Amino acid sequence: MFYLVIKKEGSEKAVQNSFKKGITDGFPICIGYLSVSFAFGIFAAQNGLSVIEAVLISMTNLTSAGQLAGVPIICGGGSLLELAVSQLVINSRYSLMSVSLSQKLGSNIKMLDRFLISFGNTDEIFAVAISNKESLGKKYMSGLIFTPYIGWAGGTLLGAVAGFVLPEIVITSLGVAIYGMFIAIVTPVLKENRAVAAVVVISIILSCLFKFLPILSAFPSGFVVIICAVIASAAMAIFAPVESEGEENA
Amino acid sequence: MAGVTYLVRMIPLVLVKKKIKNSFILSFLYYVPYSVLTVMTIPGIFYATGSYITAAVGFVVAALLSLKGKSLVTVALLSSAGVLLSELLLKLV
Repeated sequence: MFYLVIKKEGSEKAVQNSFKKGITDGFPICIGYLSVSFAFGIFAAQNGLSVIEAVLISMTNLTSAGQLAGVPIICGGGSLLELAVSQLVINSRYSLMSVSLSQKLGSNIKMLDRFLISFGNTDEIFAVAISNKESLGKKYMSGLIFTPYIGWAGGTLLGAVAGFVLPEIVITSLGVAIYGMFIAIVTPVLKENRAVAAVVVISIILSCLFKFLPILSAFPSGFVVIICAVIASAAMAIFAPVESEGEENA
Repeated sequence: MAGVTYLVRMIPLVLVKKKIKNSFILSFLYYVPYSVLTVMTIPGIFYATGSYITAAVGFVVAALLSLKGKSLVTVALLSSAGVLLSELLLKLV
């Protein structure tokens, strides 16, 4: 999932708190989610999960990369530790986004609301929320999270059902769909940004080492993702730090 | 899984009021998504369809289309179509 972070100093007094605007702003995200969650539904069905299981995963997690990494671990009988740590690393960027979003929330948002809002902090929802000039109110955030959530859960439902209904050959073809989306997210950025290109190359090398070298290939998939991602990202963070001001484009 | 994902999102939103300034952490968190997606895709995509050849076709189609700047849905659908076509072709041979 890609994100666009725009740092603007918004007015502290004006608050965007229209539920309806939240719904409309969330609608494009909902449409985008339908295809990704559909692909996830197919992927989950391919791995042996039932429709209910796939939909529950989507309803409780709301993250494409995290869910995609989690399903093989669950279906392959991986340890809870592996699951927990892989989710921690893959979703670690959300902690940064939560920090940014917390700056953006209006002052009348209570603690309970914060607990609820943080559940819906995905890349796209975050991007739209941040792009508002005003501070954000509870009703707006509810609307903004609501529509994409329906798209995410509903798409998973459709995909998981399709995974049982469609002919084998179509399902295996759709198996690439979610990888295609990941490629579509990463490639435009690596074209423009050499540091990201370097991260990608390092990640590919590490990932293949872990797949093909005898000792390393014993590592479970969850830990492989963690180790490779941490090494590649930390290395580039040292050699090519990102500027803290200005735009980060994804 | 949901528990950890939620906690990762919830704890900073609830607790942190100041902006993170540390350049290393910011950079690290910036690169992580790209690294994670890459590690999951390669070499995973080549095992996604049951045949290295058809998967490679899907990969090449996806890579070319995304270099041309096509949208997420377009890339996903067309790379799936590429796999389907190559599977059908292989069956004919």
